[in-house]
Amino acid sequence: MTNSEHQARATQMTQEVPHALALGMTLLSVEAGRGVMSVPWRADLVSDLRVGVIAGGVVTALLDHCAGLAVSTAGDGMAFGTATLDLRIDYMRPAAPRSGVIAEAYCYRLTRTIAFVRAQAYDLDPDDPIATAQAAFIVRRPE
Amino acid sequence: MSDPAARLAAFLANSPYVKFLGLRAEMAGDEMTAILPFAPHLIGNVQLPALHGGVIGAFLEMTALAQLSLMQETPRAAKTIDMTIDYLRPGRPLTSYARADVRKIGRTIASVHVEAWQEAQSNPYAALRGHFLLSGEG
Repeated sequence: MTNSEHQARATQMTQEVPHALALGMTLLSVEAGRGVMSVPWRADLVSDLRVGVIAGGVVTALLDHCAGLAVSTAGDGMAFGTATLDLRIDYMRPAAPRSGVIAEAYCYRLTRTIAFVRAQAYDLDPDDPIATAQAAFIVRRPE
Repeated sequence: MSDPAARLAAFLANSPYVKFLGLRAEMAGDEMTAILPFAPHLIGNVQLPALHGGVIGAFLEMTALAQLSLMQETPRAAKTIDMTIDYLRPGRPLTSYARADVRKIGRTIASVHVEAWQEAQSNPYAALRGHFLLSGEG
C-alpha cells in the first residue's frame, strides 16, 4: 500500500463511518501499520456533568477505531476487511476535565487471518497515558 | 441516597454520554437490564451494517457501572480499572440488551462479567470481563 492509499483509507474511516462522525473523530497521522486519531472534547460526551471528563466509552471507541486503522494499513497488498475479535483496555487514570483524547495504535503482527495491535490513549502527554490497550482483529481477505 | 433505584436513575441522568448513546435501564425486581435501542449514529460498519465495536464496549462497560451503582451506597460511580471485551458476532442494527453478573464485590474492587444480546439472551453477541474500583463511603 502506498502512502496515498493509507490516507484514503484513513479518510474513509473518519468521514464514512457514522459513529466516528458522531464522535467527531479526527485523523492526526497515518502510515503503514500505524495510526493516530483524536476526539476533541465535547459537552455531550462527558460521563458526568459535574466532572466534565470525557466518557470511558469514547476512549474505548477511539482505541478500537484507531486500532482498526493500524490493521487496515498494515498489509502490503490488496485491501481487506477487519473486525474486532478481542479488546483489552487498562485505565491508568481519567482524562483531564474539558480535555480531548488522542489515541495511537500500532499493528505489530499481521497474519493471513489475525492482526495483533497495541494502542494507547492520552490527553496531553504520550508518556502519561490515560489508557493502554491490546487487541486482536479478524482479517477478512478477498477470495 | 440509599435507594438503589434512585442511585441508578441518578447515574443515568447525570451522564450526557448515556443520553448520546440512547442508553436506558429497566428493573425487574432486583434484576437490571440495560437497553440500547438501535440508532444510525451507532453504526461502525456501513456495509454489513453493524454496530461500532466501541459502542458495544461502551454499552457493556456502562452496564457494569450501572449495576455497581445499584450495589454501592454512594452516589459516586465506580471507575474502570481494566476490561476485556469478547466480540462474538457482529452487533446488528437492532435493540441490544445486557445484564451484569457481579462475581465478587469487596471493599475496594469489584469483578464483573457482562453479556449483551439482541434477539435471544442465550445467543450473546459480546461479553465483558472487568475490574472496577469502588468509590467507598461518600
